[in-house]
Amino acid sequence: MKEQIINIILETLDEMSKSGEFTYETETLNADTPLYGGTEGTLDSLGLVKLIVAVEQGIQDQFNTTVALADQKALSQTRTPFRNVNTLADHAVHMIGLETQ
Amino acid sequence: MTAPITLITGTRKGIGQFLAEHYLQQGHQVIGCSRTAPDWQHENYTHFLLDVTDENAARQMFADVRRRFGGIDNLINNAGIAAMNHSLLTPIATVKQVLETNVVGTFLFCREGAKLMQPRRKGCIVNFSTVAVPLNLEGESVYVASKAAVEGLTRVLAREFAPLGITVNAIGPVPIETDLIRGVPANKIDQLIARQAIPRLGTPEDVAHVADFFINPASNFITGQIIYLGGVN
Repeated sequence: MKEQIINIILETLDEMSKSGEFTYETETLNADTPLYGGTEGTLDSLGLVKLIVAVEQGIQDQFNTTVALADQKALSQTRTPFRNVNTLADHAVHMIGLETQ
Repeated sequence: MTAPITLITGTRKGIGQFLAEHYLQQGHQVIGCSRTAPDWQHENYTHFLLDVTDENAARQMFADVRRRFGGIDNLINNAGIAAMNHSLLTPIATVKQVLETNVVGTFLFCREGAKLMQPRRKGCIVNFSTVAVPLNLEGESVYVASKAAVEGLTRVLAREFAPLGITVNAIGPVPIETDLIRGVPANKIDQLIARQAIPRLGTPEDVAHVADFFINPASNFITGQIIYLGGVN
């Protein structure tokens, strides 16, 4: 499941970078690509909103489940789950688990 | 040009039904919802049975709409309930019910609707307030509070959604002959109408005209506005 979610995130980022809404320093988009926060994250808050909405919709399409990735707990964590592709995918897997319990 | 896709809440009867039929006549693909099934149908109309305050049901509905239609162009948050009584006689259960439907329901549909609009970077949301807000109408404290909240939501969401290409505005109707005012004594309605610049009951056509204006593509520079009918301000 995590691999599929990483692919959803990377596809979304690819589309966002084509429209100039996301830039990345690494040669290719990969699981370590920084997203939001810290010194390396390049997404602004609106870009993060768009990414999360697109990933939620991708999860809806692939797994037929509705999930909210940006609940109050996620937003208030000291180490944001949105810092890179990998942490976002981990967070999504966790949230899908909660949703389907 | 493909037909605009317009989602309207509370389409079983009253103004919601009128607006649905109004936009069907204009060639829109209309999606509606209500808690109980309507007794009317149309080949370009799709109905969902749900309570607008039910988050899971709403998310499922929007997921289904996205699969079937790809997105929406317009969202008209018509569903609403009123409570007309002196505050000293208003139970908290009524307060919660009115706030849930009018505020939570409107917020929920704005949030999910905007998610479906933002990939195309365009969309129009029309919310419903009431002239009872600027008139500070006695006997309607909870209804007025809920609609004042809708006005606040409208203005803030207009700013949050502007970068996504989505406008958010609201209509403030005067009393219209619907179930919403059926229980209000005639003298109360007369007193209210007397405070309008144009002292008459409103019509569904009056409401549709303002909605037409808000969802007209030429109105894409108009957002965060509340238009009251009848010359109230």
